[in-house]
Amino acid sequence: MPIDDLPEHNPEPTRRTFLVGALSAAGATTAAGAMVCVLPSSEARATPAAMQALIRKTVGQAQLRKGKVTLDIPPIVENGNSVSLDVTVESPMTLANHVKNIHVFNEKNPLPYVISIHLGPRAGRAKVATRIRLADTQKIIAIAEMNDGTFWSDEVEVIVTIAACLEDPV
Amino acid sequence: MARALINVPPKAKKGDIIPIKALIQHEMETGYRHDFVGKQIPRNIISLFTCKYNGQEIMRAELFPAVAANPFISFFTVATESGTLEFTWSGDNGFDVTETAKITVE
Repeated sequence: MPIDDLPEHNPEPTRRTFLVGALSAAGATTAAGAMVCVLPSSEARATPAAMQALIRKTVGQAQLRKGKVTLDIPPIVENGNSVSLDVTVESPMTLANHVKNIHVFNEKNPLPYVISIHLGPRAGRAKVATRIRLADTQKIIAIAEMNDGTFWSDEVEVIVTIAACLEDPV
Repeated sequence: MARALINVPPKAKKGDIIPIKALIQHEMETGYRHDFVGKQIPRNIISLFTCKYNGQEIMRAELFPAVAANPFISFFTVATESGTLEFTWSGDNGFDVTETAKITVE
């Protein structure tokens, strides 16, 4: 999936961006200004439907089954700016039986994509970890594509108390 | 130049499954934030990470704005032979950084 094909966020000024501009112009205290976070407008956000569409696109005609995949992510996150995420897939990782791809999707960040990892028998063990951003309390799904064409998944509902994006712009 | 930290065991037995960790300094600007006057901050992310073991690709990751700043990725590989692991990060604004690590396999 080339990232340049993804829809761009609408850059039109919104009521929020206007308010932020007005606040700065009015010489409001910088502390108050810094507290305002400009979230993308609702039409630029991924939705559960967008995630389902993306899953369909990834899986194609195959059936998506639960199991084999373990998505390890904290169920409650204090700060959505950096959330550790760990995906483990049960697989012997041999030439005849291995994991080809691991995709992670979300339903409420601006984009439904999180990360896509391509592995092969050289990996030895199908276990990857990274750190991600979460803009809201939402469901995260990890999908593993095996070399035999089957898809397995695991999903976790994560509660986020401070969303990514509350940080000050630089 | 962005600083990269790579953790590869310097020595391993042939056939061992070894952990690899890679971290790079990068803001991963999402392109969805605005500055105080409402101007959109342009996207600046790393979109591709690859790891090659003696020239052969063993792992590749496509990154999206949802990956946290200073992207960290850990994974495993089988120690097959002595040689070099080559890590490449590439992305927006011509970002392209390659780091290498040596491994001795007995």
